Amino acid sequence: MILDLAAKLRKKGVLAINKRNADFVLKYNPRRLYPLVDDKLQTKQLAQENGIGVPDLYAVVEVEGQVRHLPEILDRHSEFVVKPAHGSGGEGILVVDGRMNDRFRKPDGLIITYDELNHHIFNVVSGLYSLGGQPDKAIIEYRVEFDPIFAPISYLGVPDVRIIVFLGVPVMSMVRLPTRMSDGKANLHQGALGAGIDMATGETLSAVWGNEIISEHPDTGRSVSGVEIPHWEDLLLLASRCYELTGLGYQGVDIVLDRNKGPLILELNARPGLNIQIANNAGLLPRLELVEQHHESLTDMYQRIEFAKKHFAAA
Amino acid sequence: MNKLHLYILVAVLAVIGLGLFFYKAFVLSFPLAPRSTVQVWNVEARVSFVAEGNPVKVSLFIPGSTRRYAIVDEHFISSGYGLAATTGEANRRVTWSIRKAAGKQNLYYQAVVRPVRTAAPKGEIEPPESEIPKFKGPGEEAVKALVEDIKAKSADTPTTVAELIKRLNNPSPDDNVRILLGPKATLSRKVDQAARILRYAGIPARVVQGLRLQPEKYDFSKKTPLLSWLEVYHNKQWLSFDPLRGRSPVPNDWLRWWQGSQSLVQLEGGSKLNVVLSISPKVEEGITAAVQRGEISKPLLLKFSLFSLPVNTQAVYRVMLLVPVGAFILVILRNIVGIKTFGTFMPVLIALSFRETGLLSGIVLFSLLTAIGLSIRFYLERLKLLVVPRLAAVLIVVVGLMAIFSIVTNSLGIHRGLSVALFPMVIMTMTIERMSILWEERGSGEALIAGAGSLLTAALAFLVMNIKHVEHMIFVFPELLLVILAAILLLGRYSGYRLLDLHRFKALAKGPT
Repeated sequence: MILDLAAKLRKKGVLAINKRNADFVLKYNPRRLYPLVDDKLQTKQLAQENGIGVPDLYAVVEVEGQVRHLPEILDRHSEFVVKPAHGSGGEGILVVDGRMNDRFRKPDGLIITYDELNHHIFNVVSGLYSLGGQPDKAIIEYRVEFDPIFAPISYLGVPDVRIIVFLGVPVMSMVRLPTRMSDGKANLHQGALGAGIDMATGETLSAVWGNEIISEHPDTGRSVSGVEIPHWEDLLLLASRCYELTGLGYQGVDIVLDRNKGPLILELNARPGLNIQIANNAGLLPRLELVEQHHESLTDMYQRIEFAKKHFAAA
Repeated sequence: MNKLHLYILVAVLAVIGLGLFFYKAFVLSFPLAPRSTVQVWNVEARVSFVAEGNPVKVSLFIPGSTRRYAIVDEHFISSGYGLAATTGEANRRVTWSIRKAAGKQNLYYQAVVRPVRTAAPKGEIEPPESEIPKFKGPGEEAVKALVEDIKAKSADTPTTVAELIKRLNNPSPDDNVRILLGPKATLSRKVDQAARILRYAGIPARVVQGLRLQPEKYDFSKKTPLLSWLEVYHNKQWLSFDPLRGRSPVPNDWLRWWQGSQSLVQLEGGSKLNVVLSISPKVEEGITAAVQRGEISKPLLLKFSLFSLPVNTQAVYRVMLLVPVGAFILVILRNIVGIKTFGTFMPVLIALSFRETGLLSGIVLFSLLTAIGLSIRFYLERLKLLVVPRLAAVLIVVVGLMAIFSIVTNSLGIHRGLSVALFPMVIMTMTIERMSILWEERGSGEALIAGAGSLLTAALAFLVMNIKHVEHMIFVFPELLLVILAAILLLGRYSGYRLLDLHRFKALAKGPT
């Protein structure tokens, strides 16, 4: 029974954590490049230098004392996002989408005070959400106004598109849709929905919620499949460029679609999760192996995305 | 290339490890299974007195090796004193001396007594010269009458001695015996007099003093009473007699300390002399005893083995060498099964403390401690503290909880509770902190799953580490560590599915392939 299950998964080419780490992350992602993606501030600066769209940076808090200067900066913005520079898994992200004098409103309608905001920033700076607990920086940045295309199929929060890029070739992607359960966050393990995307057309397929496959959004009841992602070609190009940007062979690129500014890179991930396979109802391994065989013949990003659209279309 | 390199390394490690193992096991015949343990004893004599600023000389009889017991690892603890050990005709004796000393003085003699089996000495023992003791006044008549009476009722020396002992121990003694023993008929007085009476009767006899090595009766802090018995020369051997029952020889657990009726310690230049003898039993693995007895040859290999270390350091390594075994279990559970735990090696450390607490009470104590710590941590969360002060606060709470646990369980008479102190407190603190963060970020479900995973891993690691054979094998054959290392290196390249991956991706197996 267990062996049978393993055989079926192997036949489908499902990539699991041991193999991802041993044969892809450890092999293609040199350790020295990690800071580029682990520190979101560095990622942001790197992207800006190369003319890639990212959410605007409002402020960085590196030591507790700096919060004193925050009111001056925040007075200019009624919407912003606080996130740890070294966060992982979407932890420690606080979204503010409105304010009343000295109080801030979160997307779920809860009101927080300046003290609570400061406490959150202190937690971030002292390393509560960073890997290994070392001191961190809090980034305060532009809050994305997402493209209305996703409005019917997301609950609060910002849906984002995750694209796995292997050696510059986008191999698999999904759109992550916040739910009531995920508290407006777009991370699958926090309860967000992941819908697979047809690499050739940019249309959504079925979705995964937890570890099950579903076809409707649990909060809105709308069908999550068949939604066409706007600017799909741009998204693929953006994702492919991240390979040249960081040099990481195997990475996950998180992109948001802003209503006004178009696709923006939210963050890069050197160890992207594996549930994307469930969302796409497909294994990553055959695609990765195909890229491994042919990547030397693909010289620029246009060839790479053509390769992706040709070989990784939904069945 | 990369993989080949790894395989060669693994093969080399495994060959070295297994090769040494087989050589030691089958050529040098190191025991493969833990042998029965050997009971050894720590004995200690503490001599305390008050010195008066004058030269001090203290001499103490010390035990010598006999046919039944070997005296090893002797230590003399005496700051500032000169030390001279002499082996006289009958006794070993140590003399401490100092030119000037004042105030309370403590001198110690410590040794390890190990049971041995030595063959009976061949040849004959020369009969001792003994002078006929003199008895005063009515004693002279009494001893004459008693000896005649006893000799009439016995056939040879042993029966004579037995008869004498019976007479001396009679609850209603006859007049002769009463005269000889005097008003204070203590056991040592009886033994003393018995030796004199026997010598008077022409039978060489002497008094021997010693201790009884009784398991579980004494601990080191208690004073062990002295014991005296008789030795009688017969058939060119010395025979020992139990002065109470008249049996010969005396039981095996009687340790001979010195002979003669002199007292254990002689002191010059001090007062308030007090001597405390104490013993404590200690269980030692058969192999250590075998090594010390020289049963295993090839001294070179032993010289560089763990057995060359002092016994208490050996005990530390006994535990330390189990950590790699626990780590191996951990690797299997995490990388093959896919169980989530808090912290990488936290379960191994918890498993180590389970060795002291026992499995069941360990799990209960751990869960209680974590649960209470967690609720206090949630309360602290409301105070909005910075991370490091908050961690320190949780640490203090954990230490306090441990103390309270120990006090409460101790007063309830549950001694298991005392061992809660053995939980690594920093690890506990980090576990509570991580668990509470996981709890808030991803819900109670995931936090409890990871907590249960940690406990399960710790329990499994403990169960394996606690197998006597495992402990024995890894300690006697530490080269097996190389084999474990090789296995872990191999597992480091295992890229197949974890058991729990199968559950996670189950949905993918249903669709068409």
